[in-house]
Amino acid sequence: MSVNNELVTVNFGPQHPSMHGVFRMRVTLDGETIVDIEPVFGYLHRGTEKLAEERTYVQIVTLTDRLDYVASMSNNLAYVSAVEKLCSIEVPKRAKYIRVIVAELQRIASHLMATGFLLQDLGAFGTPLMYCFREREKILDLFEILCGARITLSYMRPGGIFQDTPNEFWSELETFMDNIPGQINELESLITGNEIVLSRTRNIGVLSPEDVINGSLSGPMLRASRVKWDLRKANPYEIYDELDFEIPIGATGDTFDRYLVRVKEMKESIKIINQCVKLIKPGPVRNEDVPLVIRAPENEAYAAVEGPKGELGFYLVSDGGISPYRCKIRAPSFMNLTLLKEMAIGGKIGDLIVNFGSIDIVLGEVDR
Amino acid sequence: MTKIADNKITKNLLSSELKKMITLDNGFIYSDPEFLYELCKELKQNELTQYNYLKSISAVDYIEYFELVCHLDSMIYNTSIVIKTKIYGRNNLSVKSLTSLWKGAELQEREIWDLMGIYFDGHPNMKRILLWEGFKGHPLRKDFLK
Repeated sequence: MSVNNELVTVNFGPQHPSMHGVFRMRVTLDGETIVDIEPVFGYLHRGTEKLAEERTYVQIVTLTDRLDYVASMSNNLAYVSAVEKLCSIEVPKRAKYIRVIVAELQRIASHLMATGFLLQDLGAFGTPLMYCFREREKILDLFEILCGARITLSYMRPGGIFQDTPNEFWSELETFMDNIPGQINELESLITGNEIVLSRTRNIGVLSPEDVINGSLSGPMLRASRVKWDLRKANPYEIYDELDFEIPIGATGDTFDRYLVRVKEMKESIKIINQCVKLIKPGPVRNEDVPLVIRAPENEAYAAVEGPKGELGFYLVSDGGISPYRCKIRAPSFMNLTLLKEMAIGGKIGDLIVNFGSIDIVLGEVDR
Repeated sequence: MTKIADNKITKNLLSSELKKMITLDNGFIYSDPEFLYELCKELKQNELTQYNYLKSISAVDYIEYFELVCHLDSMIYNTSIVIKTKIYGRNNLSVKSLTSLWKGAELQEREIWDLMGIYFDGHPNMKRILLWEGFKGHPLRKDFLK
């Protein structure tokens, strides 16, 4: 009997439940095996870099909220650090502590979403995702106390943050910090030793350390492949050099390691927040010398932070005017898609969704 | 803390042919577009520099010329360096692609072609990325829609 092995091309997305937004992949299949894959970008392209050229330095903070819209605080932090570097602006100590606290809360929220959706992609519909969303919701409530918004926060300004924390924030944060370690352990007890999860994620989408460095990957993708590189340790910004925390790394660089690194990072974030809450002292939260309309000197600066997805960098070039001459965004989600081909080709179509889920992309940042 | 590499020391590590091709100005290393690939190859493979991580490539439009800016990191020595190259003209611009050195350049070079209109020779899949095929012009150029 002859077998007809004609290649089939399948269009994945842009409207598909497991596409995490409007991403599209053109997949060529031989039976169930992936022969070729071509990612198609740009369905959410809004021209953020061009828009930034016509706005003042403070106005651009609102644009950064809409990049990685599940981690606005990290985007704000990356952008304002670039402006501060460009204009040599001093930041008060209290503002730095608050920024680190909110950035780490945001990291927990983002990793919870990544974990929840990975499980959703694995076929565990509803339950694990809702466990994650329940905790994320509490973090969004904390942000609401801080600035009135839940997603598009615009909380930070060049030179600090826009207002000091209300008193109720600290008591709410304490309640949250008491509960979250137990909740993460509960989530982990459901997933980490689970036979089905292990068989679906172990040795799937394995990336070697050489590949991830060569492919400019960053964040949990890099660390899951045994590369101990975290900007919070390698190039400490804000007050990370005063804090005590570990960089979790994976063992083999497969999808399971990427999940495990995220869970461990959440636990490290809890450690960081607890230290900050102990160390923080009253004081000003905003450098009052910074004008509302900043006129940057004719110079350029590149500043990056370790966002939840990886190295989020802003490259600002100024011609001495009130808005940047050029604002380039080094988006981690975009760069992490470089090795999608290497991860997927040769694997099964069912594993593609799991691989893709473990990269943890947000389309607002990929397409900008 | 990531150390910003001293450009003079870096220059002395290079071979004598490459030394002639680069100039130091304003804290950056400037290279001719034709030698960008050779310079990056040397910086990546030299035992004493080992810039193995490409952080970002960006292009800036200064009207008279385009500037290509590469931010490189060495994860081994924890140092960083900025390489720049000036490309004069407005039409039919091209540079040798860096994808064979760092795979991380692949998507960013496509983005630069799409939004700035600088073509990369030797790129495995050189076409528009964020905008659709058939789009007229390169929107991040300063003279777009003017």
